[in-house]
Amino acid sequence: MNTVWLALPLPQILRDVLAQRSGRIGMAIVCLHLAVALAAPVITPQDSAYQDASAMLQSPSFSHWFGTDRLGRDVFSRTLLGGREAMLIATAATFIAMAWGSALGILVALIGGRTDAIVMRFIDAMMSIPWILLVMLFIAALGSSSAALVPVLGFSYGLSVVYLARAAALDFVARDFVLAAQARGHSRWSIAATELFPNVRDSLAVQGAMQWSWILLAVSSLSFLGMGVAPPTPDWGQMIADARGIMQRAPWALISPMLALSSLVIGMNLAVDAWARVTGVERTRRVPGA
Amino acid sequence: MATVLLERIGLALITMIIIVVVVFFALELMPGDACSVNLGRGASDSMLAACQKRLGLDQPAVWRFAAWAGDFLTGDLGISMQRDRPIAEVVGWRLRNTLILAGLTAAIGIPLALGLGVLAGLNPDGPLDMTISGIAIFAMTVPEFISGTLMILLFSVILGWAAGVVTIGYKAPALDLLKASVLPAATLIFILAAHILRMVRASVIEVMQSDFVQMARLKGVPHRRIILHHVLPNALLPAISIIGLTMAWLLGGVVIVESVFNFPGLGRLAVDAVADQDLPLVQAIALLFGFIYVLTNLGADLLALTLNPRLRTRRK
Amino acid sequence: MTPSVPMLKVENLQVGGDGFLVVDKVSFTIGQGESFGIAGESGSGKSTLLLSLMGMMRPGLRNLGGSVRLNGSPMLGQSDAALASVRGSKIALIPQNPATALNPSRRIGTQIAEALLLHSALNPRARAMRVLDLLSMVRLPEPTVAARRFPHELSGGQLQRAAIAMALAGAPEVLLLDEPTTGLDVTTQAALLDLLIDLRHRSKVGMVCVSHDLGVLARLCDRIGVMYAGAIIEEGPLASVLARPGHPYTQALVASIPRLTSVGPPAPIQGSPPSLFDLPSGCRFAPRCALVQDACLGQPPDLTSAADNHKIACLRAFTAPAPVVNASVAALEKATSVLAVEKLSVGFAKHGIFDRKTPSSVVDAVSFTVAKGEVLGLVGESGSGKSTILRAIAGLAAPTAGQITLMSSGRTEILAARATARPLSQLRSVQLIFQNPDASLNPRHRVLELLAQPLILYGQVPRSQLREKAADLLDQVRLGPATLDRMPAQLSGGERQRVAIARAFAARPDLILCDEITTALDVSVQAAVLELIRNLARKHDVGAIFVSHDLAVVRSIADRIAVLHNGTIVEINDAQELCARPVSPYAQRLIGSVLDIPA
Repeated sequence: MNTVWLALPLPQILRDVLAQRSGRIGMAIVCLHLAVALAAPVITPQDSAYQDASAMLQSPSFSHWFGTDRLGRDVFSRTLLGGREAMLIATAATFIAMAWGSALGILVALIGGRTDAIVMRFIDAMMSIPWILLVMLFIAALGSSSAALVPVLGFSYGLSVVYLARAAALDFVARDFVLAAQARGHSRWSIAATELFPNVRDSLAVQGAMQWSWILLAVSSLSFLGMGVAPPTPDWGQMIADARGIMQRAPWALISPMLALSSLVIGMNLAVDAWARVTGVERTRRVPGA
Repeated sequence: MATVLLERIGLALITMIIIVVVVFFALELMPGDACSVNLGRGASDSMLAACQKRLGLDQPAVWRFAAWAGDFLTGDLGISMQRDRPIAEVVGWRLRNTLILAGLTAAIGIPLALGLGVLAGLNPDGPLDMTISGIAIFAMTVPEFISGTLMILLFSVILGWAAGVVTIGYKAPALDLLKASVLPAATLIFILAAHILRMVRASVIEVMQSDFVQMARLKGVPHRRIILHHVLPNALLPAISIIGLTMAWLLGGVVIVESVFNFPGLGRLAVDAVADQDLPLVQAIALLFGFIYVLTNLGADLLALTLNPRLRTRRK
Repeated sequence: MTPSVPMLKVENLQVGGDGFLVVDKVSFTIGQGESFGIAGESGSGKSTLLLSLMGMMRPGLRNLGGSVRLNGSPMLGQSDAALASVRGSKIALIPQNPATALNPSRRIGTQIAEALLLHSALNPRARAMRVLDLLSMVRLPEPTVAARRFPHELSGGQLQRAAIAMALAGAPEVLLLDEPTTGLDVTTQAALLDLLIDLRHRSKVGMVCVSHDLGVLARLCDRIGVMYAGAIIEEGPLASVLARPGHPYTQALVASIPRLTSVGPPAPIQGSPPSLFDLPSGCRFAPRCALVQDACLGQPPDLTSAADNHKIACLRAFTAPAPVVNASVAALEKATSVLAVEKLSVGFAKHGIFDRKTPSSVVDAVSFTVAKGEVLGLVGESGSGKSTILRAIAGLAAPTAGQITLMSSGRTEILAARATARPLSQLRSVQLIFQNPDASLNPRHRVLELLAQPLILYGQVPRSQLREKAADLLDQVRLGPATLDRMPAQLSGGERQRVAIARAFAARPDLILCDEITTALDVSVQAAVLELIRNLARKHDVGAIFVSHDLAVVRSIADRIAVLHNGTIVEINDAQELCARPVSPYAQRLIGSVLDIPA
C-alpha cells in the first residue's frame, strides 16, 4: 500500500502503545522484569548460592516459596536473580549487533552494484549456518564466558540486522527523493543520514527490540546446553537444565524459571507488536537463518 | 528456463564455497589453534609442537586451507581431536539419525502446517483461527528447550505415553530410532508447523483480498471453486520458498532438541564436541549443516521454479 | 436511439459506511444497446457505484438505501451464491487493471474457458474452440498462442483484450467498464476503443462505462452522467452535456481538459473535493463554486430537466455565464539557448551475476536545444526514451555518447556524465521535478526542511532567513506559509507537487526538467500545475523541458514539441505547427489517436 506514515515523537509513540491492550500488558510485564532484575540483589529473601544440605528438594513452603533444588538452594531467590546476567549480555550484544548491522546494511543499500552483491553473498553464506552452530564454532575457540558471548552474539545476530536494514533502506533508495538528493549533489553520507535514516529509524527500533529478545533466548539456550552463563551465577536456562533430571520429584524447580523466561519473552513480543503497529513497521517474527 | 536454473545452481555453489572459506578463516582469526585449545594451558611446548605437526598446523594458513578444503571435497573430513578417529566415521551414523528425525518432522509437519494455515486463513479472526494462531504464536515465542521439556513433562511424566529420554545408541537400527524420534519430532513439528502456518495464513488472507479473486467472484465462480482454483494455487506457491527458509530454523532447533531428548544425532554431537573443545569436529558439523541448508533451499527454489509460471519466464 | 425496456435499473442507490456516504441517491437505467458513461475524478465514488451494480460491496461499505435491478430481479442484499448464476452471464465487468484482475498462475485460455464452463452448456472441445473465437474477436494476434500464455507474459493492451474476451465469454446483456483504457499508451488506447465501439455496434449489449477521461466517454457512450462527491450532478445526452454543460463543475471539468485545438494551459478548478466524512449540507460543489449563493447552502439541489433528457442539479444552471476557457499567450521573444544536447545516446546498463539489473531505455543520437524562458515538450509512448533523456541531463543516467552543454550566466560548460562528478554550480543550474510527489518528497521531513535543503546546499541563504525565504517560495506556487510546518502526508497530491516545484525553483535554476509531473494528478489539479510551470518559467526566464506521454497536455504548455519514438526524435517543431501539420508518419499517428472531445 501507498500509506505514508508520519514520524511520531517518542512520547506520542509510548502513549499510542499504551493505548492498546496488548501494548499495556506487554509493557507491564517487561517493566516488572526490568524492575526485578535491577532490585533483585536487594529483595531476594535468601542467598542464592547458599546450599542447605538438610533442605534438598523441599516442596514450596513459607520459607521457600518455590521450594528448593537438588542442592538445597532457594528456587525463588535464584529465579529472581536468574535473568540478570542473560539480560545484561543480551543488552550489550544487541547494541553491537544493531550498530554494525544497520550501518553496513544502509551503506550497501545506498552504494548498490557490485559492492552490495558481494557483501550480501558473504552475509548470506554466514546465515546459511544455523546461528547456534556459528556461535558454537566461536565458543569452541574462545571458551564460554560472558565476555566472549557478547561479541560472539553481537556478531552473529548482526548478520540478520544487515539483511533487514538493507531491505528497509532499499525500500527508499529507489524512491525519487533519494534520486532528487543525488541530483542536487548531496554527499553519500549526507543522503544516508538525512534522507534514509529518518525513514528506517522506526523499523530499526522495532528490530532492535526483537533482536534483544532473540539474543536473550540464545543466551538461555546456550546456558541450557552448558555453554552460556557459568555456575555459580544463577541463570534460568541453566536452572531448567539442572531441574530436568528431578522433574518428577521436584517439578517446582522447573516451573518457576520456565515461567520467568517465557513471560519475559511473551511480554516483549506483545510490546513490540504494539510498537510495530503504532509506527507502521512490518514486523518479522523470526528472521530466516537466525 | 535453463539459464535461470544454472544461475540458481551457480549461486548455491558460490555460497557453499564462501561457507567453506568463512568456517576455515573465522577460526584462523581467533587466538590459539585446534591444538592449543584442545590441550589446554598445561600443555608443554613439545606436546603442542607434536600435535601441530600431526595436524599440519605448522604449514602456512593458505596452504592448509587448500589441503583442508580439498580433503573435504573428497569426503575426508579430517580427524577428530578428542576421539582420535576420522571425522567422517564419527559423523556418519549420527548424520543418518538426524536425517531420520528431520525427515519425520518434515513429512508430518509440512502437510499439517499447510492444512492448518489454509484453515486459519480462510476465516481470519474466527474461533478456529484464534485457536490455531494463538497456539502457533506461543510455539514461536517460547524457546525450543522449554517446549521440549514441557513435552517430556506432559507426555512422559504425567501421561506416561512415551519415554522422555532416548537411551539407545547411535548405531541402533533405523526402526528403533524412528520409535525414539516420536517426542523429539513432536517438539520440532510443534514449532516448525507454527512458523509455516503463520506465513501460509498471511498468504491466504492476502490472496483472498486480491483483485483476481474479486474478479472470479464477479465472473460468477462458486465459492468452493474460487478456493480450489484461484486461492490455493496462488497462496501455496510462495509457501515452497518459505518452507526452504524454515529449514534454517529446523537445523538450529535440531541441535537443542536433540540435547533435550538425548537423541544420538549430529546436533548433540556438536554440543559434545564443544564441551570437548574438539575444533575440527565442530568445524565439520557447521559445514555440514550449512551445506544441508543451502541444498534444501536450492531444492525448494528449483521446485518453486518448475511450479510457478511467473518465476519460470522472465519479464521482457 | 429508440427507447427500450430497461435491462438495468438503478433507483436512489446509496452506498456508504458508518458516518459517510460514497454513493448518494444515484438513479439511472440502461436499455438494450444503450451506453451510459459516468465521469468523475478519483474519489467521486464511481468505482464503488460500478461494483454495487453487480451486488458487490468493498469491505466496510454497505447498501444504505435504494435498489439495483437487473431484468427486474434485485442485485443487492443477495448472497454471492445466489448471484453466481447472474454474474458473468447476464452482467460482466471489464476491470480497471487486468494485470491484477487476472489469476497470475493460470493460463489466459483456462481463465476464459472457466467462464464458459460456468455459464454455457458447451463440452470441453467446444469450449476450447469458443475460447479461440473470443480471442480473435478481441483481435489478439495468434489466438492459439495467446490462450497458452500466462498473464505476466502479455503486454498491458493485450491483457485488457484478454479481459474483454473473458467478460464476453458468458454472453452478457450488460457490460460494465471500469476505466477500460487507463494506463495504456495512446495508440493502444485508441485501438482498444475502436474494438469496444465495434463490439457495441455489433451486439445489443448495454454498457456502463466509468472513467475520469471525458475523451474516452465521448467516443463510447451516448449518454453521460457527471459524478461529484458521490452524487450525479448532471446527466444527459453526450453532445448536449459536452456542448452545453449546465453545472459549474461540469463546465470547469470540460474546460480543464487540455486540447490540441486550443493554445495555453487549460483553466484549473480551484480547491479540492469535500471529504466523504464531512459533506457540505447544501450543494457539494458550493465551497469551490464561483457562482455560489445563499440558496445553494441549504439543501442539495435535485436533478432538474433543462432540455430534452438533459438534467442538472444546480440552482444557477440556467443563469450562469459560460466560463472563460483560454488565456491569451504573449508571443515568445527569441531568446538565447540555455541548453544544447548533441548526439546524446544512452545504452543498456550491462549486468552480470553480481549486479542488480537496471533496465533502461535506449536513446540514440538525440540533439536539441532549449532557450531561456522556453518550454520544450518531449512527447512519446512509454519506452520511447523520454525519461532517460531527462535523467541523462540531470546526471542520473550516464550517456554512452554525445555531449550536454549548459549555457548560464555567461559561461558555457560541458556537463559531466554523472551528477557526482559535477560541481555544485552546475548541479544548481539543472533541477529535476519527478512524476510522483509521493515518492520525490521524503515523507519524514516537514515542508520547511524540504525547501531548506537546496537553500542551504547551494549556500545562498543565511539560516536566519530560511523560513522567510521558504515562505516566499511557497507563495510563488500559491501555497500559504502555514504549509511550512506540514508533513507531505498532510497535503493533497496537487499541493505536494507544488512543494516539489517550489523546491526545484529554490535552487534558482537555469533549467528545470519536468518528468510526467501531472500524470499522477486529477485533470482539474493538472491544469493548475501546468499553468504554474508555464508562468514560473516565463517569470524567472528559466528554460524547461516538459516530458509527457500525453500530447494534449504537452501541447497546452510547450512552445516547441519534440516527438520521440524508439529513442530518436522523429519530429521537432513549433507546438502549434506540429499539431496542425505533422510531417512524420508517427507524429501523424500520435495526433490521430488523441481523444479530443467535440468542442
